[in-house]
Amino acid sequence: MERAGRADKVEEYSPPAGKVPVFVALRDIQFAKGRFALMGAVVTLITTLVVFLYGLTGGLASAASSTITGLRADRIVFGAPAGAAPTVSFSNSTVSPAQAAAFASAPGVSSARPLGLSLTRLTASEAATSVSVLGTDAALLPPLKSGSAPAEGQLAVGSDTAAAYHLAPGAQVQVGPEKLTVSGITEQRSFSHAPTVWTTLSTWEQLSGQNQPTALALSTASGAGPGALDAAQGTKTVSLADSLSGINGFDAEQGSLQMIQGFLFVVSALVVGAFFTVWTVQRKPDIAVLKAVGASSAYLVRDALAQAAAVLFGGAVLGGLAGAVGGVFAASAVPFDVSVLSVAVPVAVMVLLGLLGAVLAVRRITAVDPLAALGASR
Amino acid sequence: MTLSEVKTRTGLALHEVTLTYPDGENRLTALDRVNLEVAPGEFTAVAGPSGSGKSSLLAVAATLLRPDSGQVLVDGQDAGALGPGARTALRRERLGIVFQQSNLLASLTAVEQLLVLESVRGGRVRTARRRAEELLASVGLDGAKQQRRPHQLSGGERQRVNIARALFGSPSVLLVDEPTSALDHERGAQIVDLLAEVTRTHGTATVMVTHDRDLLGRVDRVLEMQDGRLR
Repeated sequence: MERAGRADKVEEYSPPAGKVPVFVALRDIQFAKGRFALMGAVVTLITTLVVFLYGLTGGLASAASSTITGLRADRIVFGAPAGAAPTVSFSNSTVSPAQAAAFASAPGVSSARPLGLSLTRLTASEAATSVSVLGTDAALLPPLKSGSAPAEGQLAVGSDTAAAYHLAPGAQVQVGPEKLTVSGITEQRSFSHAPTVWTTLSTWEQLSGQNQPTALALSTASGAGPGALDAAQGTKTVSLADSLSGINGFDAEQGSLQMIQGFLFVVSALVVGAFFTVWTVQRKPDIAVLKAVGASSAYLVRDALAQAAAVLFGGAVLGGLAGAVGGVFAASAVPFDVSVLSVAVPVAVMVLLGLLGAVLAVRRITAVDPLAALGASR
Repeated sequence: MTLSEVKTRTGLALHEVTLTYPDGENRLTALDRVNLEVAPGEFTAVAGPSGSGKSSLLAVAATLLRPDSGQVLVDGQDAGALGPGARTALRRERLGIVFQQSNLLASLTAVEQLLVLESVRGGRVRTARRRAEELLASVGLDGAKQQRRPHQLSGGERQRVNIARALFGSPSVLLVDEPTSALDHERGAQIVDLLAEVTRTHGTATVMVTHDRDLLGRVDRVLEMQDGRLR
């Protein structure tokens, strides 16, 4: 009997690069709905938790540092009291007029603006709150939503602070020992978890009792560092991003949350890897049969990975959506960053790390001996 | 290694095949210089007691085990000269295996047990469905039963799916491992009759290993296996 339509030449076959076999993968998921639903639910829950943590980490970072990250500058210069070595610390730093002048006239520096930073109390309408006060040039103010930049004896407040305390331009508030007038409403910023209010350097000096700025905000023409100037002036200049470790508790807070995220990612990879290890062991007889009838290891591994990807993607997307919806509600009570990136990044990392766990599990497929399909001892 | 071109369909041939297994410090001889030729359309049974080497013979013929020496020719192709990938391809394109336990995949329906082979080959599953349904009907499994999963079928029906799956790739050689071990005599006889029929209609060189001597009258040739030797 002739074999119609069949080539006389037998060749090795592996699925083409762009073609992912899913024949068995999808039918296994349909057949073992309970097991895969359970695994998908675990992925969903872990992803939800990771998205929450990711949003919380972003929100807390923003609450601790948005005043600094929003500055129109690229470097921060830290100084130190006489006799002390400069460190990256907003609470310890102080910059002398000579140091400020040296940086302002340094080659490649387009501006060196003083920053006076302190924490104090704002009282308005018999309600009080902690605020961070930043005394600086009007050029460093966040975009104004109404009113004008503060002059002497005035301050600008963030929009959320203004809404919370019913402040508008012209309102009188007590900031530390000084009574100031609100000149304008800016975009909301905060420093060290306290909403920031903005004023002039001299007003800041009056209310903080300081006579020198805390640091300098540099704008450089090419992003170049100050070179030997730090050594000559006894200062320490770092990028805007590096300066965040100068905020009290910033590194510890972010490090703790990021460590929890990292553990969750590792746990998810291990859980997914363990599930697919058990699943692969359970499937060994089927794999042996498929190999015995001519399925290549490449075909079977790709089929198994497609199955893992389907479970991971489904679970992670659901978890991402749950995390995003939960985050929207959480944002009204706690600092929480909800954005496309804050959801997409943890979802993508979950899928990638889960796939890594699955790869380690399904590589066992290559070791399955098709001889096992023939039954007991041979 | 890629298989060279096959000019004709020549069935199965084993020449001076010896297979040994480690057994403590010694080696146990499972196949001792076995010679066997099965022509297309011929249904040969290999009978013998447990441990005589029947299953080893089948494993070597299925290219699942490499013999210590000798030649295994499938459709004229020397399986011993092939690499692992090409042996897998040889099983896919030239060999059909009917397993002792029906060894069907629990998640697949009867028709999907066949279609998965089309997927394995990289073919179009959708266009192969009709051929799979016809093949299942030809072994006596039609209608709604084709859409049932293994646990919804009887032992005899599972074995019919097993046979249809083995035939789906239009193999030259059909290797059958104790097909009646899980069936009563009547159903076992029906399955052997079916194997005889498909051997004729599909022109396969069929080798069946069995310990059930009551069924040997239904095959073209009976060979006895004893202590690794074929008589």
